[in-house]
Amino acid sequence: MQETVYKVFAGPVEDFPIKISKEVVTGNLKLAVFRLSEDEFYTIKNECPHKKGPLVEGMISGRHVFCPLHNWKIDVTDGQVQAPDEGCVQTYRTEVIGKNVFVTI
Amino acid sequence: MKKLVLIGNGMAGVRTIEEILKKDTESWEITIFGSEPYPNYNRILLSSVLQGDSSVDDIVLNDFDWYKKHDIILHAGDEVQRVDTEKQVVYSSKGVEASYDKLIFATGSDPFMLPVDGADKEGVIAFRDIKDCEEMISTSKKYKKAVVIGGGLLGLEAARGLLNLNMEVDVVHIHNYLMERQLDEPAAGMLQEELEKQGMNFLMEKETLKIRGKKRASGLLFKDGSSVEADLVVMAVGIKPNVSLARETGLEVERAIVVDDYMQTSAPNVYAVGECVQHREMVYGLVAPLYEQGKVLAEHITGEKEPKGYEGTLLYTQLKVSGVDVFSAGEFTDKADTKAIRVHDEFEGLYKKVVVRNNKVIGSVLFGDTSDSPRLLDMMKSGQDISEMNKVAILPSEERGENLESPVIAMADTETICGCNGVCKGDITAAIKDQELSSVQEVTQNTNAGRSCGGCKPLVSDLLEHTLGEAFSEADQKQPVCACTTHTHEEVQAEIKEKKLTLVREVMNVMGWENEEGCPSCRPAINYYIGLFWPEEAEDDANSRFINERVHANIQNDGTFSVVPRMYGGVTNPEELRKIADTADKYNVKMVKVTGGQRLDLLGVNKEDLPKIWEDLDMPSGHAYGKAVRTVKTCVGQDFCRFGTQDSIQMGIDIEKKFQGLQTPHKVKMAVSACPRNCAESGIKDIGVVGLQGAWEMYVGGNGGVDLRGGDLLCTVHTDEELMEMIGAYMQYYRETARYLERTSHWLERVGLDHVKSILVDDVEQRRELNSRVETALSTFNEPWQQIIESGKIKQDYFEVKATS
Ligand code: SRM
Ligand SMILES: Cc1cc2nc3c(=O)[nH]c(=O)nc-3n(C[C@H](O)[C@H](O)[C@H](O)COP(=O)(O)OP(=O)(O)OC[C@H]3O[C@@H](n4cnc5c(N)ncnc54)[C@H](O)[C@@H]3O)c2cc1C
Ligand code: SF4
Ligand code: FES
Repeated sequence: MQETVYKVFAGPVEDFPIKISKEVVTGNLKLAVFRLSEDEFYTIKNECPHKKGPLVEGMISGRHVFCPLHNWKIDVTDGQVQAPDEGCVQTYRTEVIGKNVFVTI
Repeated sequence: MKKLVLIGNGMAGVRTIEEILKKDTESWEITIFGSEPYPNYNRILLSSVLQGDSSVDDIVLNDFDWYKKHDIILHAGDEVQRVDTEKQVVYSSKGVEASYDKLIFATGSDPFMLPVDGADKEGVIAFRDIKDCEEMISTSKKYKKAVVIGGGLLGLEAARGLLNLNMEVDVVHIHNYLMERQLDEPAAGMLQEELEKQGMNFLMEKETLKIRGKKRASGLLFKDGSSVEADLVVMAVGIKPNVSLARETGLEVERAIVVDDYMQTSAPNVYAVGECVQHREMVYGLVAPLYEQGKVLAEHITGEKEPKGYEGTLLYTQLKVSGVDVFSAGEFTDKADTKAIRVHDEFEGLYKKVVVRNNKVIGSVLFGDTSDSPRLLDMMKSGQDISEMNKVAILPSEERGENLESPVIAMADTETICGCNGVCKGDITAAIKDQELSSVQEVTQNTNAGRSCGGCKPLVSDLLEHTLGEAFSEADQKQPVCACTTHTHEEVQAEIKEKKLTLVREVMNVMGWENEEGCPSCRPAINYYIGLFWPEEAEDDANSRFINERVHANIQNDGTFSVVPRMYGGVTNPEELRKIADTADKYNVKMVKVTGGQRLDLLGVNKEDLPKIWEDLDMPSGHAYGKAVRTVKTCVGQDFCRFGTQDSIQMGIDIEKKFQGLQTPHKVKMAVSACPRNCAESGIKDIGVVGLQGAWEMYVGGNGGVDLRGGDLLCTVHTDEELMEMIGAYMQYYRETARYLERTSHWLERVGLDHVKSILVDDVEQRRELNSRVETALSTFNEPWQQIIESGKIKQDYFEVKATS
């Protein structure tokens, strides 16, 4: 089977407030897009590896997001769950082209 | 850059790396492999995790950020499987290959599991790592009966932990007295008696033959034919150096990996430190010698100067079980050529024995009062001649008796305070002065004293107090808000108040937060304090609020939300009910439920529908999600009930209307009942009002949650106005003096009912001022649902979900 890569249009840059995460739904896939600073965007799957908590609702601290359900700490830049918990979340390449944000899925 | 690879992410290995980094940070590319999926943690404090005094987070020595900061590549949860000493490459189980210029083995030990029948059953574990700890904790939730095999240091610490986890604990020991490798019989007898008082049961002189049970252990059978039941069996009989990899690698291994005084193994460029090492015939199982080894190895590898080499360490032990002070070092048994000083006070539970040969102290056992231990150790190390000394000079605690001056004061600068890390008194006093340290935590960070077993922390604290004199304040020793900072809640409050800080970020900046971004513990606290002190100037920082308070609804396990509209006093009407019913239909809510707080809850709403539902309901928020005034429950009262003495419904409605939305350190729940039958459950509310003929009683500090607490009677008043004034003052005093997330029940326990009475009941002036401040706070209230409905921006930022094609 061949893997197909899509670049989806997530929205214009100004729709993403800094240090807030936005949920972007594409087909069946729910993504959490994080804008950490002016031009720093990261996207991870909007599903905590613990019990599927919606990461988009978590509190953001630096490059980490804390899951709203049981407070797991996840690095949004590489999807790694921080100790003492374990696991990782799928990450997606995110880029700003012109004034728009695109996510590669 | 030269490549350094470390096998084993444990206490000795990582300490060696720390020592290397201290010397030169430039010239090494460091890679660490650790089989455990954690950063470097303090194994010694697993006992305190088990005993419930620390969390796993608390015992991390170097967190993942530390590795990043020092550009160390860490493969946590990846075991090294093969080493090629010819090519100088190591291979891991996950397929990582790392070549090295220098390689360090620090593979530690494995617990020794008795090779008895049934040792492989479920429920039979050791006590060595976080995983074991977690298993004991989870077992204690399902099962009742634990048996610990081994009455040594580790076994007793495990047993104490299991008692704290509410299990019944038997300790099985093969010898006729406990801790025979560290104690003599009298001291061991006193120890056993003390531990029996704490609830441990001992089965002495028993040799385990078999562990019974089908899949899971159900009991033990002993050699003498007796048996005992067990749902959990913890083996704590000893450790064996983990040398399998070293052996396969072809290193010289006897009992452990053989090293010379510079920790070199038999292979070139390969070193070893820690419990996996055999040095001059000795294999150590305590951190102090391992740290000394690490230091020598670091000096040798960085080649800064030709070090003296490692010459072995004098061992001593301390038992970390709360309420028991035990110390033991050196040769403590009586021999033909030894004499001993003994103090044995069975009334006070004290035992002190100092063993002397040729006028030199060679060993000691202390029970009950271990304050002389640093001094005795020092005498043993220095080989001081004691022939001219009297008993009190050797055991100063005997004279100190009641007047309890701390032993640190009499100590010489060269005497060791922290045995684990080899830190002497002089090092600590110098650091306190030069670096201007003011807390135990700072001393630990700067000198390593107290960083391992923590047993010396009381001494460090005494030394701080003594060195700083007046400048030392108890307040400095208090708990910081969270790991991001060393400041306490009180310090943060004071700074916000004095400097008029109104932004969360500003507070973290000004106060020098170590983690500049803060975390979900400190940011919401700061945000609350800002709103408290500067209600009119503060701009609420939504990003420092937990999701529930950001979107004004409770998040549920599936990511949907619940909506609880305000129903003052728990009273509703047909029109309101119709609206609720229609809205529930329109948005297809999963369930409509009557809550424990006398409100209706619409469960299972999608986030993007929240503002629309609120608009359709056209009711105010019930704040069921907030650190704020929640519900005021009422009983039917005098208008309906044959016992009613007061209009509890109206009173409840009035209170709720007045205080709704007030932000508080934790949630505040209230109730008004119209007679002592108390149908609104006023006795377990933060504020509970009970109506009597012509009077209201006000109860405070009740809680029906985790820590059940009945409220205390604060006062009895005669008019509605007085009651309202008392509630206002009470709320404001709580708001101003509680720590964030401190419920009124815990706060009241801390500050004391009498103190609160003295402020609110006895002092009319204070009561009036508190009321005027609460009025200011109330005047800034904005109904949150309405505010969001009206603000397109908030709606877009916090509620919108983007769909793409
Ligand atoms: C909805 C409700 C249960 C119900 O269906 O009846 C409820 C639901 C929740 N309670 Fe509660 N509590 C509810 C009444 C209570 C009561 C009874 C009462 O208020 O009379 C108590 C005990 C009384 C007390 O607090 O003293 C109660 C003690 C707790 C506690 C423990 C508080 C404590 O100090 O020990 C928590 C945890 C916390 O706040 O940290 C909690 C936390 C929660 C949370 C918010 C858990 C959370 O953080 O997600 C629950 C939200 C569930 C959800 O999915 O919506 N809930 N909770 C009740 C809402 C009342 C309302 O109308 O506002
Ligand atoms: C409950 C408890 C209480 C204790 N109390 C005290 C006390 O009060 N005072 C005291 O001085 N000492 C105490 N100790 C002993 C102390 O913890 C040890 O002496 C110390 O941890 C040993 O350090 P180490 O680095 O040699 O081994 P460890 O800390 O065990 O580290 C070795 C690490 O190497 C890893 N490893 C092994 N093989 C491989 C491989 N092939 N690849 C990758 N990684 C590998 C292991 O998983 C382990 O994490 C206590 C121990 C326990 C368990
Ligand atoms: S008692 Fe409260 S917190 Fe616990 S499950 Fe029920 S609603 Fe949730
Ligand atoms: S679902 Fe994310 S922490 Fe539990």
